[in-house]
Amino acid sequence: MFDKKPGALNKYGYTRKQNSRLPGATVLALVLLLLFPVFSAVAAPTHASETIQATQPSQAIAADQNAYAPAPQLTAEDYTKVRGVNPRLAVWFAAQMHLWFAAFVLAVPIFVLIIECAGVYTRDARYDALAREFMRVSLTAYSFTAITGALLLVALVVFYPDLMKYLSTIFGPTMLLYALFFFIESAALYVYYYGWQAMSEGVWKKVHLLIGLALNAAGTALMFIANAWVTFMMTPAGVDARGVFDGNVWHAVHNHLWHPMNLHRFIANIAYGGSIVGAYAAYMYLSSRTDEERSHYDWMGYTSSLIAVGALLPLPFAGYWLTAEIYSYSQQMGINLMGGVLAWLFIIQAVVIGALFLAANYYLWCGMQRGSRAAQYNGYIKYIAFVLGACFMVWFTPHTPLIKPTEAAALGGQFHPWLAPLGLMPAKNVAVNIMIIFTYLSFLIYRRSNRVPTVGWASTGKAVQAALVAAAVVNIIATGVYYGYFTNSVYKVASSVTQVASTLIVITGCSLIEYFMHRGAKETGEYGWGRMPARSQYALILIAVSFTWLMGLMGFVRSALRQQWHVYSVMRDASADAATPTVAYAARVVSVGTIVFMAIILFIFWVAQLGGKGSRHD
Amino acid sequence: MRLIKYVFLLAVVFAALKVPGVLFAKPLPVSMLQMFFFFSAVVILLAMTATDEGAAGLVQPVISLFIDPSYTISRAVVIIIIPLIAAWITFAAVCDEAAAPPIVRSLHPSPPSAFTAYGRTIEMAGLANPYRAIEKTDEAAFRGLVLEGGKLYFKNCFFCHGAKLDGAGHFSQGLTPLPLPFKGTDTIAQLQESYVFWRIVKGGPGLPHEATPWLSAMPAWEKMMTEDEVWKTTLFIYDYTDNRSRSWAR
Repeated sequence: MFDKKPGALNKYGYTRKQNSRLPGATVLALVLLLLFPVFSAVAAPTHASETIQATQPSQAIAADQNAYAPAPQLTAEDYTKVRGVNPRLAVWFAAQMHLWFAAFVLAVPIFVLIIECAGVYTRDARYDALAREFMRVSLTAYSFTAITGALLLVALVVFYPDLMKYLSTIFGPTMLLYALFFFIESAALYVYYYGWQAMSEGVWKKVHLLIGLALNAAGTALMFIANAWVTFMMTPAGVDARGVFDGNVWHAVHNHLWHPMNLHRFIANIAYGGSIVGAYAAYMYLSSRTDEERSHYDWMGYTSSLIAVGALLPLPFAGYWLTAEIYSYSQQMGINLMGGVLAWLFIIQAVVIGALFLAANYYLWCGMQRGSRAAQYNGYIKYIAFVLGACFMVWFTPHTPLIKPTEAAALGGQFHPWLAPLGLMPAKNVAVNIMIIFTYLSFLIYRRSNRVPTVGWASTGKAVQAALVAAAVVNIIATGVYYGYFTNSVYKVASSVTQVASTLIVITGCSLIEYFMHRGAKETGEYGWGRMPARSQYALILIAVSFTWLMGLMGFVRSALRQQWHVYSVMRDASADAATPTVAYAARVVSVGTIVFMAIILFIFWVAQLGGKGSRHD
Repeated sequence: MRLIKYVFLLAVVFAALKVPGVLFAKPLPVSMLQMFFFFSAVVILLAMTATDEGAAGLVQPVISLFIDPSYTISRAVVIIIIPLIAAWITFAAVCDEAAAPPIVRSLHPSPPSAFTAYGRTIEMAGLANPYRAIEKTDEAAFRGLVLEGGKLYFKNCFFCHGAKLDGAGHFSQGLTPLPLPFKGTDTIAQLQESYVFWRIVKGGPGLPHEATPWLSAMPAWEKMMTEDEVWKTTLFIYDYTDNRSRSWAR
């Protein structure tokens, strides 16, 4: 399938596809630039006299040339109506599609660069080929990202013109910056991918890596800018109670949720990108006809799932921080999020995250069978499964279950006496930390399935690892129970820090021990790449689908938190769609979106497969 | 053999979930039982099919049952029994019950950012119990306030929320949903005192429109209790249940 000689990469060439993709990639940038003058006219600081006319004279701010107008007070008539089109649904769908594609194309270059660096460091051409194949998959998605971004922009401008004008008033300069970074990212992407072969040797390889770095920097900057707009709508800053902008764009950008959102999305994107590429590898594995192809795509699936699961492990912590910040910004928003109308979506989220963990573990258990010593570790699987299952059930147990009045009467209240405490965050924190640790244990036994350490202190090392795990589990449970249920709730949130620290210490400590213990380890047989059963590949596909669905659901929750506000507490949504949709409606919209997105992803896989075949024929 | 083991494990899990006192002190709501059982079945299935031998051991008997001529009688029995079980489950699920259906309901409706009571607008942000300050400075006076709060509670609240603050007052069985218990760490301990104040003052009629119906029988006590009395009552319910209200990390 691939040649280990560096020269073997020369055969990849896609000049024809390059031409076909360029227009798609520039669509969003052109639209942005075309629309910018429209907004900039509105975005210019409003003249003081206009401000006075627009607001109550008694509240008119000083006659300052730089004064800004308050947020517009809209009525239903201010929204564009198009027969047969539901504006909220149109924007929702376009935004969701754009976000999925954007997450994918922002993530892939991150780990492509890491894999390329690994290839340079280890001088193993397989890494280079793998990195390039990852990029090929994401390149088609890049065009879709641009197209859906343009659709979203058009939908917003058409259906919510006043909101866009108001946001442009505040974020005008960042929108220009966004377009600029988009051009930089596009240019870097094309040079990075199509210049791969030309820059494969000597100093040019380093230049290539630098271009990859620039690509990632531009992509991350793009995400951070867009995050500023979105988080401003939730936790506005740099404006007063009437929405009058103070003129400092940094104040608006640096709002309450900006940093938590940046971190959460950055990590989540990596996990998501890994999962989609993992699904691609699974798709290719299942359709492979030769052992060589199966071996390659098995390795690709393993690498990408490792990236996905590796990024998944810290994700709950980032999510916890984001949620804690939402609570601290507004008690009302926080209770809506996890105790009120949107709480049931968190139960669905818990189920889907649990499914992710189970699928990831199942893939590792199946993968373990590639090694010759798998039988020695198979006995552990049932214990790990038991712990994962128990934690999973705690993880999705709701505080207030779906309960019939007769059941409530039998229980003597709305809560089940044993399950209600499990519905609170301390129990969830215990469960998710232990799930992470046991997933890591699955990974450890997976790594040991084909080698034996040769160092003299191997048994001591294993004992230290076991002690670390045991101490961490005891600490997580003890702090979770004591601080979660027997002290002031102020300590409850703080105690999660020690739990997270325990988990991270286990992962870091055990990994270090494992690394030194297995240096020079004896391989006990040929590692069986390509020997994975088909069912393990469906686990990879399940991970990708679960991630997609999860992102859609949680994206809706985050957006719905604003309730009847375009900009929370500043600019009210007066459109006919200002009501919060039911959980069932939201789930239906997200599910249809997931199906459409996965269908497009299948198309992208098919196109990438054609490209791969073309390259082989060349 | 492996398939029998799987079915046996499922039966054990079902019994443990279904029989009160085995795993849980009181019967599980059907919704929870279904979720627990389904995911237990999935986890056991995954663990048992992690190896090729395990997967074959589980699937092969099923395949054999349908293609092996020597299993004719067993096949016929399964083909008859499975649809019958499915029909019974379906019938039980769609069968009309006299009881009201379950309601997806949150017990902690989100508070507004401000509300009107006692002739003024009260902002939730920064709203705090004015008597908390003396808890550390004058313990005797504070105990007196708690005692006053207790009297107010037993005069107004205990009929529904109970003498033990467990939600099992005299009137409780006549209400759906049942009154909230204050004991334990999962109700008022999770809330700020300002939230409890708002719920007492505005009651069921003052609940927000989002995600209605809330179906609360709680009266709006602003008409029957003064602001001071409400704050004293909250002092009592936290003190009696040995709870502290939620506060933010500093």
